[in-house]
Amino acid sequence: MKNNFQKQVKLLSGVLSIFLVLIFILFVGLFYLKNNPSFLQPELEEELVEISKEENDQIENGIHVQTGFIDDEHMDLVIQNCTSCHSAKLVTQNKMSEEGWKATIKWMQETQNLWDLGPNEAKIVSYLAKNYAPEAKGRRANLEVVEWYELK
Amino acid sequence: MNRRKFASKLTLATISGVLGTKLVFGNQMPRHYIPLGLQDPDPFKLFQKDSEMVLLNDKPWNMEAQAHLLNDKVTPNKFMFIRNNGQIPEKIEGKSWTLTINGESVKQKKEYSLAELKSKFKNYTYQLTLECGGNGRSEFNPPAKGNQWTIGAVSCANWTGVRLKDVLEDVGIKSDAVYIGYHAADTHLSGDSKKEPISRGVPIEKVMQEETLLAFEMNGKPIPIAHGFPLRLVCGGWPASASGKWIHTISVRNQVHDGAKMGGTSYRVPCETVAPGSKVEDANMCIIESMPVKSLITSPKSGALVKKRNTVTINGHAWAGELQVSKMECSIDFGSTWQTCHLEQPMNRLAWQHFKVAIDFPKKGYYEIWARATDENGKSQPMVLPGWNPKGYLNNACHRIAIKVV
Repeated sequence: MKNNFQKQVKLLSGVLSIFLVLIFILFVGLFYLKNNPSFLQPELEEELVEISKEENDQIENGIHVQTGFIDDEHMDLVIQNCTSCHSAKLVTQNKMSEEGWKATIKWMQETQNLWDLGPNEAKIVSYLAKNYAPEAKGRRANLEVVEWYELK
Repeated sequence: MNRRKFASKLTLATISGVLGTKLVFGNQMPRHYIPLGLQDPDPFKLFQKDSEMVLLNDKPWNMEAQAHLLNDKVTPNKFMFIRNNGQIPEKIEGKSWTLTINGESVKQKKEYSLAELKSKFKNYTYQLTLECGGNGRSEFNPPAKGNQWTIGAVSCANWTGVRLKDVLEDVGIKSDAVYIGYHAADTHLSGDSKKEPISRGVPIEKVMQEETLLAFEMNGKPIPIAHGFPLRLVCGGWPASASGKWIHTISVRNQVHDGAKMGGTSYRVPCETVAPGSKVEDANMCIIESMPVKSLITSPKSGALVKKRNTVTINGHAWAGELQVSKMECSIDFGSTWQTCHLEQPMNRLAWQHFKVAIDFPKKGYYEIWARATDENGKSQPMVLPGWNPKGYLNNACHRIAIKVV
């Protein structure tokens, strides 16, 4: 009976000390992790990738290289609002009057989920109407030949 | 470019994150395969197009040919224009693809697997002219809104499939059916999953034509992804937007189909002609049906320098929507005199016809060769722009090339 009690105490104290060691290790571990948060992250070969602002915002000959927009006041607003759904090419290949650009914005708001442009609308329309205005083309333009070549 | 290095370091999990969708069977993805959504946007490689094709738009993808690229009698994929209203679907499983036929005017809704369609109904192959309604838009004055197509948004490939009328006969349609509308897997540019980028259709009379196909092959191979894999409705001779790509549903309607791009100024022109630049009420706009008579000089390429004593052979194609072309002429003096060209019969109804003429030049100088087709009803192509309309459709003015005799 007494022997049995002593055995149980021994066993219990053994288990307790194991727990103590485990808790200690856990604390040390947590402390380490707190100071070295990347320790448990999978090993990713890290390399900083720089997408430089200059590369994206370069202007060459008055044209914004990345989008092809004409560099002018409010171009940034046009890029922000007009190129998240469609390509800048859909803007730059078109030519419209102020009224035409306004109607296009209205159509996109009614049918294509374009948001309310608020006070930016007037700025965007003025940029577009100034830089992408219609030119009179007449009923038939002259042919443009890119390159003359000898026909064999 | 640092961006490329970045992409190569991404794990599968990150790729899924970027795409905003789980890559099913990602573990089976070939090691060198880059998912469509992440590919370098080189559309020429992506869609296997010739480098001389002209990119008009990259979101959505729109690309056209140049006249001299279209010289083949049957247009190969590499020279076929791409027209999209929305984003090309990213994941298409041809094997599990189904076509549902529904709508007010079907006796019961029915679904077919692709394999069932192919085996249950007789297969037919037709060479069919598909021209974008807005081909030639760039010439309109005042300018019309949209992709500024010049002359290259036309093709005439071989399409293989089953007749839509055979399928509808199997489903059973009610006597009040007047129109069909297609629904497809492409996605709206805004990302709104409730919106369809385009859902057009044709009247039941067009549906019942033998050449109106549910096609699964183009030029003898599965349809390329940009052209509607795995199933495309093909309605030759009509604005190509009626030939819906990536079709999963056809609705048989008891009214004119009212899907996206069926109303407003989309693929519609003023019912009564208007002065250039006029504002036209929606109620006065009518849906475009058959495309008008038109032709294209595909050889030589514009800009040829020719020796005076040499005869120049002109080649090209002519087409007239639902009709046949009955006469083809060329002029080297801006339409003062016309020379009749040799004109071939079409391979089948709704296919373009090839023409040829040998031309001698009286003296040195700058010339333009003008081509003019006349349809079986006696209507010819105009030499200047035809009637102005708000979206710049149906420009069938004579095609011209420049030649210098030296």
